[in-house]
Amino acid sequence: MSSASLAALGADLAAGRTSAAELAAQALDRAQQHAALNSFISLQPEAALAHANSVDANRRAGRDMHALAGIPFAHKDIFCTKGIATTCGSRMLRGFAPPYDAQVVERLAAAGAVSIGKTNMDEFAMGSSNENSAYGAARNPWDAARVPGGSSGGSAAAVAAGIVPFATGTDTGGSIRQPAAFCGITGLKPTYGRVSRYGMIAYASSLDCAGVLARSAADCASVFSAIAGHDGRDATSVDRPLEDVQALLPRPLRGLRIGLAREYFGGGVDAAVAAQVRAALAELEKLGAVLVDISLPSAHHAIPAYYVIAPAEASSNLARYDGVRYGHRAADARSLDELYSRSRAEGFGAEVQRRILVGTYALSAGYYDAYYLRAQKVRRLIALDFAAAFEQVDLIAGPTAPTTAFRLGEKSDDALAMYAADVNTVAVNLAGLPAISAPAGFVDGLPVGLQLIAPAFAEARLLNAAHQLQQATDWHTQEPQA
Amino acid sequence: MNAQIAPPPAAAGWQAVIGLEIHAQLSTASKLFSGAPTAYGAEPNTQASLVDIALPGTLPVPNRAAIRKAIQFGLAIGAPIAPHSVFARKNYFYPDLPKGYQISQYELPVVGPGKLKVRVDDGRTIEVEIQRAHLEEDAGKSVHDAFHAETGIDLNRAGTPLLEIVSAPVMHSAAEAVAYMRTVHTLVRWLGICDGNMQEGSFRCDCNVSVRRSGTEQLGTRTEIKNVNSFRFVEKAIEYEIERQIRALENGEAIVQETRLYDPTRHQTRSMRSKESADDYRYFPDPDLPPLAIGAAEIERERSALPELPQARRERYIAVLGLPEADADQLCSDRATADYFEAVLAGVPGQAKLCANWVLGEVAAALNENAVEIAAAPVDAAALAQLLSRLREGVISGKIAKDVFAAMWAGEGSADVIIEARGLKQISDTGALATAIDAVLAEYAGQVADYRKGNDKLLQFFVGQVMKRTRGQANPQQLNELLKQKLAG
Repeated sequence: MSSASLAALGADLAAGRTSAAELAAQALDRAQQHAALNSFISLQPEAALAHANSVDANRRAGRDMHALAGIPFAHKDIFCTKGIATTCGSRMLRGFAPPYDAQVVERLAAAGAVSIGKTNMDEFAMGSSNENSAYGAARNPWDAARVPGGSSGGSAAAVAAGIVPFATGTDTGGSIRQPAAFCGITGLKPTYGRVSRYGMIAYASSLDCAGVLARSAADCASVFSAIAGHDGRDATSVDRPLEDVQALLPRPLRGLRIGLAREYFGGGVDAAVAAQVRAALAELEKLGAVLVDISLPSAHHAIPAYYVIAPAEASSNLARYDGVRYGHRAADARSLDELYSRSRAEGFGAEVQRRILVGTYALSAGYYDAYYLRAQKVRRLIALDFAAAFEQVDLIAGPTAPTTAFRLGEKSDDALAMYAADVNTVAVNLAGLPAISAPAGFVDGLPVGLQLIAPAFAEARLLNAAHQLQQATDWHTQEPQA
Repeated sequence: MNAQIAPPPAAAGWQAVIGLEIHAQLSTASKLFSGAPTAYGAEPNTQASLVDIALPGTLPVPNRAAIRKAIQFGLAIGAPIAPHSVFARKNYFYPDLPKGYQISQYELPVVGPGKLKVRVDDGRTIEVEIQRAHLEEDAGKSVHDAFHAETGIDLNRAGTPLLEIVSAPVMHSAAEAVAYMRTVHTLVRWLGICDGNMQEGSFRCDCNVSVRRSGTEQLGTRTEIKNVNSFRFVEKAIEYEIERQIRALENGEAIVQETRLYDPTRHQTRSMRSKESADDYRYFPDPDLPPLAIGAAEIERERSALPELPQARRERYIAVLGLPEADADQLCSDRATADYFEAVLAGVPGQAKLCANWVLGEVAAALNENAVEIAAAPVDAAALAQLLSRLREGVISGKIAKDVFAAMWAGEGSADVIIEARGLKQISDTGALATAIDAVLAEYAGQVADYRKGNDKLLQFFVGQVMKRTRGQANPQQLNELLKQKLAG
């Protein structure tokens, strides 16, 4: 188990008390020890050790080193890694090795962070439990009978189990925050456009967002600083100066107005979870924050709107997997139609097929106005709700997920019940806002997450609040029994 | 300009209604959404980037050069440029469409409605309404003949920028449609936004054709003839289709809304697929591309850089330079010719008709004979202007000028060098001319006598003889006058 902060690891590396190679070897060992969690789809020990050695050589040569230089971590298997298999949790891309690196991959490699492997995930990031992976479900380190959440379940499990101090993730409807909550770690979903999507395999382009899962807000801040920024290769990337999120971590919270959205504590939210989140909010209040009751009246439309827009985009984004140029190709197809239908039926799992069908339907002539267009209008209302709320408050708070981690198989036969697990997270993606999930204690020994939502580009405010909470509490330092 | 006169009906009692969708490939160095080159004719799949082959995780980034060219076209047809236009995905599966969708524009195109004056071959001018023009990417190519029982895919063309120019259904004959297509072809080449090469597919069109009873308003069911890539084929395809539809309707059959293909060997169209079974393209705004913002400043920058347009130039040639319409039309059929003409004229001010005659006569013939573009003509505008100045000054005659031009084309040097070297200077010296005339009159005393008896036709004989004696260098006007004086006694 390694629970050292990135700052502590960085100090050890700088002082020569450890080396990148040593840290990478330890992380790879822990990955082996925790193989039962199935948190990795693939490990790259040779590439990791080679990279670690070159980082160590640079340090010995006296070069300027980035704060993340020599720190081991893992990429969600949705980020393209040059020459390294990138499956996106799908059979469709089994063995697919992209010829290029994603922007996030480039940035972290340039910083000298050492990737040890690619983490497990729901296929094409579609899922809330990691059970939709073609490479088997990942498991929750707090209770191996439970899911780690999804879709970035492998990343959350690997960080929670102490295999790596941080991992990359993506969040389309809660895929960073919900697994962070289920696994008792901190997960940051930045503002849409803040981190480049270049090289991140698309699920729903207008919602997809790269981010980070780590053991603390301070660690998230460090990684966020390394991956955020404009990229000309992504037309939706935002060219706007970045705040120094790390410098702003120590800012006191006195006077910070936190809105408690009534809807986020409503019907489907487990009472014990809600109570635990209120306890965390009480801690923030002690630190000087002012709690304000607010309402987000369109919140209950978020799930239906999301489950129209995301599948619609997915149905188009996943059309490229046709068995023609790369990826799974059905054997002995006798016609073009058969090549398409069999390659896709064999290559895609049930949930991906379901969303492609739903999305295709929503975009079809005669249904477009009733579904897609209407969902876009709801999306606008949701964004307006948030805008109005942020006139009154600086942050909005609620439970990240309505429950603690559920058991494997508990919801896998009921798509709607599974979708409901995203009730408090999807609206944030629809509005393109930044949000964080931070540990807020436990219910029956399982972690609970507090979600904080900020206006666009106010990541510093989120990280500051979560960091101050973590300075005053020890929930984030709790570790699962190995 | 008799726009009110109706064109001849395709067949008695019927009126054809035609609209064209022209695809003009924008002449940019790189593709619409990737940095891959657009050059034609490269080895298959050598000009396809990661974006063009639609690798997972790749994203489109708009090419501003293509957008500028679309703006230029819009300004040239007097159309509004949308401050925000939207790229949309047109979804369908085909092996040469790597993403499974084509990025196009659907509800909000970059160029709004405009119009174009079109001169039809019968002398009428019609105004064709253009409904819109939008940016889209081309697909790749399926190669069916290179491999046994297999289809090859060449993605070099995938992602090439196209401007789709959509006319209203306002044309009523194949001749009008072709005249419109030619006018657009001239315009896009004039603007330098498309090379217009139809063999390479840089300029091609889909023809929407329907017919209705003369005098009725209701449009008939239309068919779409896809991807026709020559003016002649467009004419033949539309003519065939109009006749086919009229025949069908007269036989009591219904027209099926469908896509048809033109077979250039048989000059026929045949059914490709019926719209009833056609794909539902599920258009929706491309979430990878924010709305395309075009500011007023950018539009003004393009407007001020716009060249004088063919229509305006044609009118100036007629009104200001006094050229006949036919000359103005021909000179303005492409910008290089018009620019060449004006550069010649700059060297021989006030001689528009002389310059036009030469550009459309000798120069055009030589270009045609040698299959050379005017930009690459061995006789440039300044050189031709020198030649025409000498002609104008009476240094050489028109006949000699043609010989000098041929020598210049063959690379023997400038007009002055050739005139000097060959001693072609016209004899305008009265004394020298008089001597030559006297010698001729003395030699042909009999003919002189006949002339004086009233055989006026012999004047040309004497002119010819003097020209022969002076090796064609006599100034014809002076020669005529002097000869008449001498013959008058």
